[in-house]
Amino acid sequence: MNAPGSRRGLPAGLSARWVRLRLGAAERKARLPDVQGWAADAWRRAPRWGQWLARLAVVVLAVLAPANAIGQIMAPASDWKTILFYPIGVYVLLGVGLNVVVGQAGMLDLGYVAFFAIGAYTMAVLGIDAHLNFWIILPGGIVLAAISGLILGAPTLRLRGDYLAIVTLGFGEIIQITATNVSFTGGPQGMAGIPHPPSIDHIGFLSYGVLDPRPYYYLVLALIIVVIVVARRLERSRVGRAWAAIREDEDAAELMGVPTFRFKLWAFVIGASIAGAAGVLFSAKTIAITPDDFPLLLSILVLSAVVLGGAGNLPGVVVGAFVVAWLPERFRGLANYRVLIFGLTLIVMMIFRPDGLFPARRRRSSLRAGRTAASAPVAAVNLTEAETEAP
Amino acid sequence: MTGGALLQLAGLTVSFGGVVALSELDLKVQEGQVFSLIGPNGAGKTTVFNVVTGVYQPSSGSVSLGGKRLNGVKRYQITRLGVARTFQNLRLFQNMSVAENVMVAADAHHRSSVAGAVLGLPRQRHEEHDGRATTTDLLGLVGLSSVAEEAAGNLSYGDQRRLEIARALATRPTLLLLDEPAAGMNPSEKRDLQDLVRVIARRGVTVLLIEHDMSVVMAISDRVAVLDFGRKIAEGPPAAVQRNPDVIAAYLGGGADAARGQ
Repeated sequence: MNAPGSRRGLPAGLSARWVRLRLGAAERKARLPDVQGWAADAWRRAPRWGQWLARLAVVVLAVLAPANAIGQIMAPASDWKTILFYPIGVYVLLGVGLNVVVGQAGMLDLGYVAFFAIGAYTMAVLGIDAHLNFWIILPGGIVLAAISGLILGAPTLRLRGDYLAIVTLGFGEIIQITATNVSFTGGPQGMAGIPHPPSIDHIGFLSYGVLDPRPYYYLVLALIIVVIVVARRLERSRVGRAWAAIREDEDAAELMGVPTFRFKLWAFVIGASIAGAAGVLFSAKTIAITPDDFPLLLSILVLSAVVLGGAGNLPGVVVGAFVVAWLPERFRGLANYRVLIFGLTLIVMMIFRPDGLFPARRRRSSLRAGRTAASAPVAAVNLTEAETEAP
Repeated sequence: MTGGALLQLAGLTVSFGGVVALSELDLKVQEGQVFSLIGPNGAGKTTVFNVVTGVYQPSSGSVSLGGKRLNGVKRYQITRLGVARTFQNLRLFQNMSVAENVMVAADAHHRSSVAGAVLGLPRQRHEEHDGRATTTDLLGLVGLSSVAEEAAGNLSYGDQRRLEIARALATRPTLLLLDEPAAGMNPSEKRDLQDLVRVIARRGVTVLLIEHDMSVVMAISDRVAVLDFGRKIAEGPPAAVQRNPDVIAAYLGGGADAARGQ
């Protein structure tokens, strides 16, 4: 009775039901209107002012997001305004940053949290010990994260796929372990008393205090908008085309005149800078940070946000990051089960929409690219194999 | 044979471990020629392309383009110096649009980078405009204007071959290396291809061609060289090469078969 593949002890009906379920899903998918395609077409056909109006509507919605009424629906069990800053706002910022590396240039970075930590500790050390102003530290944190990206990237970006993933994974761990073991970061206790950004009194949304999280949310929102504009401009330029070509076929890109190493390094540095900025912001709001705030899990979550949304597609990544940050908070009432629900959602997603909620038109996900690139040390040899394949 | 040698290979030897892919190869491609490289499978033809484009470093010997030494130069810089190629087993950027494939290559000579893109500097805008113009021109030349926004991977095989040629031309080469451009094409596509190669040559681009289809080779070549086991066994005008007994032996197997093991 044991057909190959059927699991012993399971009722025979289960697998049949599973098949029917899958078939049903496929059928539904076929019948489902192509909402994304429709939206993309509508967007292309819309007049310029219509596109700007739509963008404005999204921004207005984001500005109104902290309203209590919205909070009641979105997060009845937590403080909506607080989670709007962290995790939601910060994850979106990190997601957009990691998308440059993973989605656009197609490099698998598993240690992205390291740059976030570098930004956060820059804010903490310079704010507490040097009494510097947030607005001075912000560019400092960005530059420091960018330099770390350069230092990590210069020797390692000759690696591809899985090898790069392992090196970046190691880097993430090194930064966290270093923060735990050196004294100027406060060791495992971390650092407390990080100053807030200077307030402008009497203007509500510019008063950075302890109680009201909204000013911080608006700060992160402003940064997200700037970063999205920058990422979009890059995407539509020579730089973005070079990244896409590298993701598709690095050797062919090089032979078409793309200085691949330089552009990969740029992607890495830009991604690192964005994470650094997010870190400075996070630290300035949180008052106290410890190395535990920067676990591997955070890198993985941001990566899953990028993949979930549709690597390479900016709106998709923003939605993906929002979902990854918001879902566990929404189901906070279910306490310990929330990670389970979250995990299940991800698995279901990967079965039914493996290219993400909103797959990029340039569809191949970087994970898949990573897999093909795993065999890439011999990629150059492929060029010769051609000869023996000749008809 | 005075002057005018655009590409010159001198004493070129390439070996992988014990396998010698090319041995002591001398080759001169005159400017403005359509030069064909033919020979049985495994003769080393694609290896020539790979050495010229910097994918492989020669074990000894040299490659020079217009008197400038190419070995040791980075691959993307070789492209900027004027060498472009297509691939025998198509290597397009599958998920990018047809137009984007060509624009990436047109960017080979552009210099604006991150700052230019973020700030929208004048040079960046000028270069984008230039890239789009080049793309429109070349897609028109190879007859792919109507599918410019299609993903490259969705094109038919013959169209993909022509897109590879357009992409290579976008790097503004002086020397174009075509690796079996007619493979998998039907007779009418092959005729179109011959016309296309002639148009390219008329634009002043020197063409080095690897091709198995003798009708194509004979129709468009100014000169033909024959490789067998990494050595040049004949060179000359197409008609002369066709009658060369060594060439006939190499193709029909005059005792060489046993050595080749098949």
